[in-house]
Amino acid sequence: MEQILAYFFTYKEAIFIIALSIFVGIEVISHVPSVLHTPLMSGANAISGVIIIGGIILVGHADTSTLSLELILGFFAVIFATLNVVGGFVVTDRMLEMFKKKKK
Amino acid sequence: MEQVIGNLNGIDFTLGESILELSYLISALLFVFGLKLLSHPETARRGNFYAGSGMVLAMFTTLLLHRDASGNGIALTNVWIILSALTIGSVIGWVVARRVKMTAMPQLVSFFNATGGAASALVALLEFPNADMGNYESVLVTILGLIIGSIAFSGSMIAYGKLDGKVKDITSGMMTYVNLFLLVTVVALSVYIMISGQTPEQLNWAIYLLLGISLFYGVMFVMPIGGADMPVVISLLNSFTGIAAAMAGFIYSNQAMILGGILVGAAGTILTLLMCKAMNRSLMNVIIGAFGANGAAAANTEGGVMKEISLSDASILLSYSKSVVIVPGYGLAVAQAQHVCHELEELLSGKGVNVRFAIHPVAGRMPGHMNVLLAEADVPYNQLVEMDNINPDMPNTDVVMVIGANDVVNPAAINDPASPIAGMPIINAYQAKNIIVMKRGRGKGYAGIENELFFGEKTRLLFGNAKDSLQNLVNEIKSL
Repeated sequence: MEQILAYFFTYKEAIFIIALSIFVGIEVISHVPSVLHTPLMSGANAISGVIIIGGIILVGHADTSTLSLELILGFFAVIFATLNVVGGFVVTDRMLEMFKKKKK
Repeated sequence: MEQVIGNLNGIDFTLGESILELSYLISALLFVFGLKLLSHPETARRGNFYAGSGMVLAMFTTLLLHRDASGNGIALTNVWIILSALTIGSVIGWVVARRVKMTAMPQLVSFFNATGGAASALVALLEFPNADMGNYESVLVTILGLIIGSIAFSGSMIAYGKLDGKVKDITSGMMTYVNLFLLVTVVALSVYIMISGQTPEQLNWAIYLLLGISLFYGVMFVMPIGGADMPVVISLLNSFTGIAAAMAGFIYSNQAMILGGILVGAAGTILTLLMCKAMNRSLMNVIIGAFGANGAAAANTEGGVMKEISLSDASILLSYSKSVVIVPGYGLAVAQAQHVCHELEELLSGKGVNVRFAIHPVAGRMPGHMNVLLAEADVPYNQLVEMDNINPDMPNTDVVMVIGANDVVNPAAINDPASPIAGMPIINAYQAKNIIVMKRGRGKGYAGIENELFFGEKTRLLFGNAKDSLQNLVNEIKSL
């Protein structure tokens, strides 16, 4: 018991964030109409592109004096993440644009 | 920005660091708010814009203000490298997202999901050498980011290939065991990495092996999934990418990444369960038992005859109906018949017929597939009616027209407890006064299950490619 409590205390911030964001995620989309399933999925997909922050941090502090594996793969990680972000948001917008113009 | 403005737990913090964390908070709020707005038709576009702005904000404040553990900012050379990667990614992403045909939307969503997974896996792989091996949590999040990111990447690529028609389903009884073996290996290897007590350099082989097996598992996991189950798998892979990003967020203790990732993970999971519910199957059942592989129970269609309908009869029947419901399925997408379908709907509406579309939650190959397809053809979304709302009207419907759909209208789901789709909620097309089914041939549907609706008393079939059939029907009605 003490160990579990100690574990909780050590990681309290992380545990709070996890618990609350799961709740928010469920709450926010649980009543979405099926019309929006695809755009919602695609928009959420673009948000998962936040990994780009990790990519920027990684490449940002990489040693540029030699062409290391870290630098090359990190470069690709940033490209991939950007594809996810830009592609995801643009495609979602394009889909929603179609839904919109019929509202005449 | 370098100015020290305070002290927390004995560590000085600067103005820049405070602004950076504040920007992460704003980004996280924009993500939540954006997702919230995305779930209502009127506000969806704004929601997408907010979420996108949150992302741009987080990207640029990170680039400008991030400091490593020893307080060094991002050097100018690195900034240029990052900016060029951002430019390459943006240009490709923009062009692909703008150029690709709307009908290729399911593939595209899968493809972008794959790139997100790949980025997470790469970041975790490259951060592994910096992991604190004494700290289980630090190693665990890195390994999980690698595993989940890899599975999301290779799984989504296979899903992309399948939706694009480039990859065929491969089902074999062996696969369940192979997959189980792969999973056990992944777990064993992860435990070994965590408790072996070796340095990251010594464990290099293990981490690359883990990457390889995870990638392979992703392929094997999506390979046997049948087309009818694709919506479940696509939303599941979507939630994987989110979780992988959250794991990477833990590596950097970055709240925006953690929150964004978990938000997507939770949203994706909900959508996955929603899809499962729409098929009355458990997630386990979808992943392990591929549809139709269990030797589809023969429906009682012995002696039943499929009755054809001529074009002129069909056009007369439709034109003089009061109420027509169109049930679209994947066949409509394959034949790219959405535009001519809309033409037919307008033509009939012009004659005073009440035309509506009945949308089953798992019709097509991704969640909401039919909605996007019909929206592309300018069908107003208030004419798209969800299953639960259209079913009470079915007995009063004069004609139901089933276009390239099969399992979602199969009454076996209700009548036959032995059917593989028993218990799946369906659109009650069989209750309508007349049923016209457009079908390419006399074969069974994707799931390989006979559909007794096609043999019913009130059912007439119109054979041929959906686009051609619809075009002929439109011409016929015009000439009436």
